[in-house]
Amino acid sequence: MVDHVNRPGRLRPAPEHFLSEGQIKAVAAGRRDFLRKSFLAAGAALAAPLAVRAAEGDPEILNLPEWTTSLGQPVATRPYGLPSKFESQVIRRESPGLARVGGASVSFTPLQSMFGIITPSGLHFERHHQGWHDIDPARHRLMVNGSDGSLLREAKVYKMDDLMRLPQVSRIHFLECGANTGLEWGNVAVPTVQYTHGMLSCSEFTGVPLRLLLEDCGVDFKKARYVLAEGADGSSMTRTIPMEMVESGEVFVAYGQNGEMLRPENGYPLRLVVPGVQGVSWVKWLRRIEVGDKPYATKDEAVHYIDLLPSGLHRQYSSIQEAKSVITTPSGGQTLLDKGFYNITGLAWSGRGKIKQVDVSVDGGLNWRTARIEGPVQNKALTRFNIDWVWDGKPAILQSRAIDDTGYVQPSYGQLRAVRGTKSIYHNNAIQSWKVVESGEVSNVQVL
Amino acid sequence: MSRFSKSILVLALFGASTASFAFDNFKGIGRPATPAEIKAWDIDVRPDFKGLPKGSGSVDRGQELFEEKCASCHGTFGESNEVFTPLVGGTSKEDSKTGRVAALATGELPQRTTFTKVATISTVFDYIQRAMPWTAPKSLKPDDVYAILAYMLNLSELVPADFTLSDKNIAEVQKLLPNRNGMTTDHGLWPGAPAAKGGIGNGGKPDVRNTACMKNCKPQVLVGSTLPDYARNAHGNLADQSRSFGPVRGVKTGESVAVASIAPEPSAELDLATKNGCMACHGVNNKIVGPGYTEVQLRYKDQPNAADRLVTKVKEGGQGVWGSIPMPPNGQLKDDDAKTLVKWILSGAK
Repeated sequence: MVDHVNRPGRLRPAPEHFLSEGQIKAVAAGRRDFLRKSFLAAGAALAAPLAVRAAEGDPEILNLPEWTTSLGQPVATRPYGLPSKFESQVIRRESPGLARVGGASVSFTPLQSMFGIITPSGLHFERHHQGWHDIDPARHRLMVNGSDGSLLREAKVYKMDDLMRLPQVSRIHFLECGANTGLEWGNVAVPTVQYTHGMLSCSEFTGVPLRLLLEDCGVDFKKARYVLAEGADGSSMTRTIPMEMVESGEVFVAYGQNGEMLRPENGYPLRLVVPGVQGVSWVKWLRRIEVGDKPYATKDEAVHYIDLLPSGLHRQYSSIQEAKSVITTPSGGQTLLDKGFYNITGLAWSGRGKIKQVDVSVDGGLNWRTARIEGPVQNKALTRFNIDWVWDGKPAILQSRAIDDTGYVQPSYGQLRAVRGTKSIYHNNAIQSWKVVESGEVSNVQVL
Repeated sequence: MSRFSKSILVLALFGASTASFAFDNFKGIGRPATPAEIKAWDIDVRPDFKGLPKGSGSVDRGQELFEEKCASCHGTFGESNEVFTPLVGGTSKEDSKTGRVAALATGELPQRTTFTKVATISTVFDYIQRAMPWTAPKSLKPDDVYAILAYMLNLSELVPADFTLSDKNIAEVQKLLPNRNGMTTDHGLWPGAPAAKGGIGNGGKPDVRNTACMKNCKPQVLVGSTLPDYARNAHGNLADQSRSFGPVRGVKTGESVAVASIAPEPSAELDLATKNGCMACHGVNNKIVGPGYTEVQLRYKDQPNAADRLVTKVKEGGQGVWGSIPMPPNGQLKDDDAKTLVKWILSGAK
């Protein structure tokens, strides 16, 4: 590949997209034979005298490509469709050194390559505590019981057959791991937005409000003020959910995601949806709901997912994901092609409600402009923002700042650290900064 | 039913937030859970010990179990940082008196261990019982869980070597936990009722307050941290991680790696290895906790008795050949299966 870092402002000739470095060298050395076979159109463009071709026009236009001059593939060639083969860069990735065993690790969503607000299900980030399974839905059960038999009229068991007969809701919500951006609490640690913010997704989920199930079991809502959600996997992950959120109707048991069933990695066939709350509470492979009169202090709310403060105290039961935003293009680890016009685009979200406004700065936060928000804005969902920018070729620092409908303004690193120090791991919602240098390379920096 | 009356019904179902459902509304949906079913799944243990099973276990028994079932990931003394964060260490006798781990405030801990954090002993019991050991969760009997927890408490210097932990004395042990007073719920991140109304936290009040300044917001831009070169180049070739068309390209930070199928081809032996939990610690070509199978093959390929010796090792466990983390015994594995797996590994695990 051509070294764009040291050659800013040079649009890459199209054929090079398909050539490896070795192949480019081969072309330079005059060995072009292989090109004629594998890269007909591209080869022709390179093999012909460039000056002549340039005068006539673009070879991609002058030489009709094979897709214009041949028969394409029939329907149902792929019974389940796949992305183009040219999209191989757009995949989930692990961050090296984060975890030793893949069963208790994370893969990150490639936010740098995504549009709009919906995360394709196959790119949804993964966080498993003890590996994932592909559970037979015919054998899956959901039990609703009480920490004490007196807290409900009757403990019940539901099959998927039962759950899918019940009144159905579909809602778009973001899902962010509490540890998203956690690697960056103390200092810059990772190069791209995939690794800084990629434990983030947004899907349309379909399922049954948990309230309906609890009412079906005759739960005593006066006494039962907490809900324990438990997974069916080996870790049988558990988290405490406040009954107020269940009563509001917004917590639901979901089987659908983006028009199809949940993916196995995301909890097939049943998971909990707890809008605005960190992902760990959205228990996957949901097998049991227990109503209780006290919180549970489970492992993931007593050993992990607790926020260390400078005082040495840990914040327990910290659950809400506060307003946050990030510019996804241009972002760290990318290079701008040239000076001139760009559409800066990014995502904003708040666990407390709707995004009201997003401001963007290109000078490290000295001055801000309000970005365009792509509506309709959904409650506790990713919200796409865009803003025009003409890059003058000089150094710049790009930032975005979200404001939600409670009036909360996304804080700077300096403000957040003044209260929470640098070792919290969880709930880092600081303003993200991307530095652009003259070469066009964009890198991760932290502005206080 | 007319469309009109149907919509009235829907309104009745969803209209008022206080609406309650009569049981018969969802007639034919779900069925009562039996006592045996509830017993089989309701295994959680709360901080007030609701749900705690009866039983007991000694430190000695715990040590045996720990070495057999836990040490391969956590180290013999729960100190290992190889696979997971350490379980014990970082706490003092003084912490056990105050209930606050002092090192958490001074920042002198290189890494927090479970016992520097956890404030409720029920949490540890609950978690071991529901999720451990890593490859065979829920295989421990309550007495085993008491014993393993007793050993961990002894490693943390909270109970003597001759101690036996039981449902009778666990509440006393709770009073010794080094960080039992180390949690606060005085924050705005709990989405339910606040403490003032019998819930948790301050009712959603944020702890930082930024303002939406638009012009000349500060005298200068202070860059607190930039990306170090080693971090820039530690995530593979970033040129391969953005599209090759559009407004930007990924920067080149290494050589391109052909996107080959990393997943091994399916095989009966691989299935067998997966089912028996081998793949949690071994890759086919890569070290995870233990060596990759192709590494094993390389080491043993010229040794005549290798197959028999490895079958014994797979069954009984071992330590020292590949590092300090021991391989746990796999008594559950049938002899024939162990032989099949070893033969497969020594032939290149293809």
